[in-house]
Amino acid sequence: MKILVCISHVPDTTSKINFTDGDSKFDTNGVNFVINPNDEFGLTRAMWFKEKQGASVDVVNVGEKETEPTLRKALAIGADNAIRVDTPAKDGFQVAQQLAKVAKDGDYDLIIAGRESIDYNGGMVPGMLAALLDANFINTCISLEIDGDTAKAVREIDGGKESLTASLPLVIGGQKGLVEESDLKIPNMRGIMQARKKPLNVVEPEEVATQTEAVKFEKPAPKGEVKLVDPENLDELIDLLHNEAKAI
Amino acid sequence: MSVLIYTETEDGKFKKAAFEVASYAKEVAEKMGGEVTAVSFNANNASELGKYGVSKVLNIQNDKLGKFNAEAYADAVSQVAQKEDSKVVVLSQSANSKYLAPLLAVHLDAGYASNVVDTPESTDPFTVKRSAFTNKAFNFTKITTEVKIVGLSQNAFGLKENETEATTEDFSPELKDGDFSVNVESVDKAKDKVTIADAEIVVSGGRGLKGPENWGMIEEMADILGAATACSKPVSDMGWRPHSEHVGQTGKPVASNLYIAVGISGAIQHLAGINAAKTKVVINNDPEAPFFKAADYGVVGDAFEIVPKLNEKLKEFKAKNA
Repeated sequence: MKILVCISHVPDTTSKINFTDGDSKFDTNGVNFVINPNDEFGLTRAMWFKEKQGASVDVVNVGEKETEPTLRKALAIGADNAIRVDTPAKDGFQVAQQLAKVAKDGDYDLIIAGRESIDYNGGMVPGMLAALLDANFINTCISLEIDGDTAKAVREIDGGKESLTASLPLVIGGQKGLVEESDLKIPNMRGIMQARKKPLNVVEPEEVATQTEAVKFEKPAPKGEVKLVDPENLDELIDLLHNEAKAI
Repeated sequence: MSVLIYTETEDGKFKKAAFEVASYAKEVAEKMGGEVTAVSFNANNASELGKYGVSKVLNIQNDKLGKFNAEAYADAVSQVAQKEDSKVVVLSQSANSKYLAPLLAVHLDAGYASNVVDTPESTDPFTVKRSAFTNKAFNFTKITTEVKIVGLSQNAFGLKENETEATTEDFSPELKDGDFSVNVESVDKAKDKVTIADAEIVVSGGRGLKGPENWGMIEEMADILGAATACSKPVSDMGWRPHSEHVGQTGKPVASNLYIAVGISGAIQHLAGINAAKTKVVINNDPEAPFFKAADYGVVGDAFEIVPKLNEKLKEFKAKNA
């Protein structure tokens, strides 16, 4: 089985979110970048398939040279090859088209991407990629088994879950549940050393159009102080929620 | 010009999200000089959408589409959009709509903006405000394609009545075998329970509750308030509560009007996921818990004493204000 895991290079959760150039660009100054958490669950599941069922695992990112440490980390976790499509990520559709080209060239059976990146939260790349490839697609996937060319998956729905089957090739929008947080691997020294020698192929981008453009950013208005209510006076809390917040 | 909305139903009845996208689309249609058309699947009372400004409903009656199927629904909705020459398509941000929207975007060659929190800042160019960086910022996105798809965050716009005479007609999409190549085998869903996505109020418990056996008072509060129950990540990791209740960055997002957190300290990943809730209440015995910095109202004290008392008072309040 050939697996491709799509890796988004995102600021880690604790990063300060600031903007530059008249609030038109994300300020990367002092920001630590990581593998998008939703992608990392998928990558770890892919490693499970590699170990238990025999699979090759490639990772791909659409981005410029500064994303390479993130791809190296994916190699250190155990991916076999990395591919970087040498163009900045502009919008979900542009990224999906670049990934579609890589996916077609590599003839993969299973493509795993995170359900969304934690920076732009677009949540569109896996679905667009599946539609462009005319492959089956399962989103918000929390469990995945592969038997031959059939996948059994569980998808999270509002208020519960749904069991699905589909044939390969398949695109997954993955998230926590594919593996648990405790299954995530911190690369060891051997993995890091090996990753240095693994191939990281830089490929030229396709000439593709975008459909959307991020014009500017804005930070939410600063929040006021919390109002503390005495535990002996819970009527006050109900009064505040009813009359001030109009929430009950 | 029509603004098309995808309206979700459950057992033939429209969900609240359907009325919210209708209310929103009506305002967009007025700005652009057009009308709102809706597409629904197996709706019992399609004309009900008129109350929120919908002029026309195309209802698809098809047993094969009884259960949500992203590919088949995308095929059907895009056929309606093409027939109606819709320039804007609005969906909610439920799990199903988020599954459907990117497929629809490729079918219609349309740009898609998700997590939209407001009516368009301008309609030409078409620019919308959306939340990004897990609610730590807003991002104004210009959609440059002829057809635009808007994913409206739940509770971002609310319901606005706009009594309109809605005509209804049946629509039969042409479906392909390939539309059904992902099979839904079974659905495991709590019946008669408010889901986090639909809820006006969410009551959530954390590790401070010490064990799954103590969730009775959380469920009781949710019952009194007609709220959904939720939990923090450690609670779902330890298996105290199901995964589908986990809210936070890697769990479900919360955008309810009210979020009540009991025994949740407020890790940054948790706060990121619930930031879009309008009013936040925290009950925690540790006054230094980070949640107090993110909350609007807080009670410092023992949840096991406070919650049962609060439940009694909420019951009295509900009885008086019913």
